[in-house]
This record gives sequence, structure tokens and C-alpha cells, in this order.
Amino acid sequence: MSFHLILFLAFGAVCVGGAINLLAQTHPINSALSLIAVMAALAGEYLLLGAEFVAAVQVIVYAGAIMVLFVFVIMLLNAGVEEHTKGSRVAILFGVPGMLIGGVLLAWVLLRHSGTESVAIGALPGPPKEIAQLLFHDFLLPFEVTSVLILIAIMGAVVLASKPPASRTESSPAGKVD
Amino acid sequence: MVPLSYYLMLSGILFACGVAGFLIKRNIITIFMSIELMLNGVNLSFVAFAAHWHALAGQVFVFFVMVVAAAEAAVGLAIIIAVYRTRETLNIDQVNLLKL
Repeated sequence: MSFHLILFLAFGAVCVGGAINLLAQTHPINSALSLIAVMAALAGEYLLLGAEFVAAVQVIVYAGAIMVLFVFVIMLLNAGVEEHTKGSRVAILFGVPGMLIGGVLLAWVLLRHSGTESVAIGALPGPPKEIAQLLFHDFLLPFEVTSVLILIAIMGAVVLASKPPASRTESSPAGKVD
Repeated sequence: MVPLSYYLMLSGILFACGVAGFLIKRNIITIFMSIELMLNGVNLSFVAFAAHWHALAGQVFVFFVMVVAAAEAAVGLAIIIAVYRTRETLNIDQVNLLKL
């Protein structure tokens, strides 16, 4: 059992444990914290695969920015313990066996048909320099389109989260130019 | 040395947990977090395949997935705030009408 495999299993155990804990917890803040654990462990897996840039971005953007946004909204809305209803019992009844069958089928197909070649530690170093050359040369158009997407997302978030006007009878003065 | 199939299995397990959370959970914020879990599972298989096929483009795709996930999180959480403001509940079973 190589050191690489031990590290993979350790990070993988944290990942799976955090994911199952996300399902088991009833309070959203506990689910958010376990999701942060999953993301941090996934950054370790990326490092094992040699993807240093992706690992750093995973920690900064996912575990940092996005999850802070989630925790912020949970605090803001004062979300409490979720109650189980009839719909969720039906979902458990059909969802858990379906998930198990799907998982077993997937594992069987992967173990049977995927090659047995191994991925060495740091097999493909992903230094930021090479990724930047790829990103700003081959993927320049998607990169620029992404910036427009983010701008639209920011504007949409501001419009959606802003308070609606107090009364409909008032005509908005912003639309009129006299 | 870890076989590629192990990474794909871990990715599949994470995706399956995300799907299960999407179906089982009733809190709209937790459902949204399950979607993020699914995106993370897909990202892991992207990076594993990138290392396996020696193609750096897989890591660039992960970068794009993260950007889209960030935009989605901003808009989705704004929608959740708007839903909470009109209905004063986060339970998905009580949000069954598009119009009040």
C-alpha cells in the first residue's frame, strides 16, 4: 500500500463522510460546515493529482467565497431545523434504493471496463503558467464570455434581492425624463 | 499509485450523495448545497481525466465550472431571499405556486 493510496483514502474518507453528514444533518448550518469539509478534502485530492492551481482555486473560491455566501444567507434568513413532510418520506423510500442501485451499477462498470493504469502523484503538474497560456490563448473567447456572464449574474442578484417598491400606485420617477 | 477508477468512484459517490440530498432534503438552502456537491463531484472526475490523458484542458474546464457555480450561487441565493421575503418559509413543500 503506497503512501499515495493512503493519502487518497484518507482524503476520500473525509469527502464521503462529509457528504453523508450533509444528508444526515437537519440544520442547514451543519450541512454547510460539512460541505466546507468536503471541499477542503477535495482540494487535497486535486493536489494528489498534481493540479496545484485548481486546488488553490478550490479553497479560495469554493470553500472561501461561495460557502461564505451560503453561511451568510443562512444567518440572514435565520434558517431553522427542517421538518420532515410526506413528500420527503416518499423521496427517501424511492431515492435511497435508487441511489444504491445506481452506485452499484456505476462501480461495476468502472471496475470492469476502465483501464487499470494508475495516476502517479504529480503526474501532470498544472502550474499556473501553463494553465494561463491555455486559458488566455486557446480558451480566450469562453473566458471573455464568462466575464459577461458574471456581470449579468451580479446585476440579476442585485435586482432579485433588492426590496420591491413599497406601493404599486406610485409611478417610478426614474423612468420619466421631463 | 492510485488507479483512475478509484477517483471516478469517489466522484460518482459524491455525485450520488448530491442527487440524494436534492431529493431528500426539504430545506431550499440545503437543496442548493446538494447541487454544489454534485458540481464538485464532476470537477473531481474532470481533474482525474486530465491527469490520466495528460490534457491540461480538463483543469481549465474545472475553472469554468467554478466560475459558473459562483454566478449560479449568487443568483440562486438572491432567489432564495426573494422567496423567503414573499412566503416567509424555506420549506420547499410550501413553495408550490409560482404566483401568490
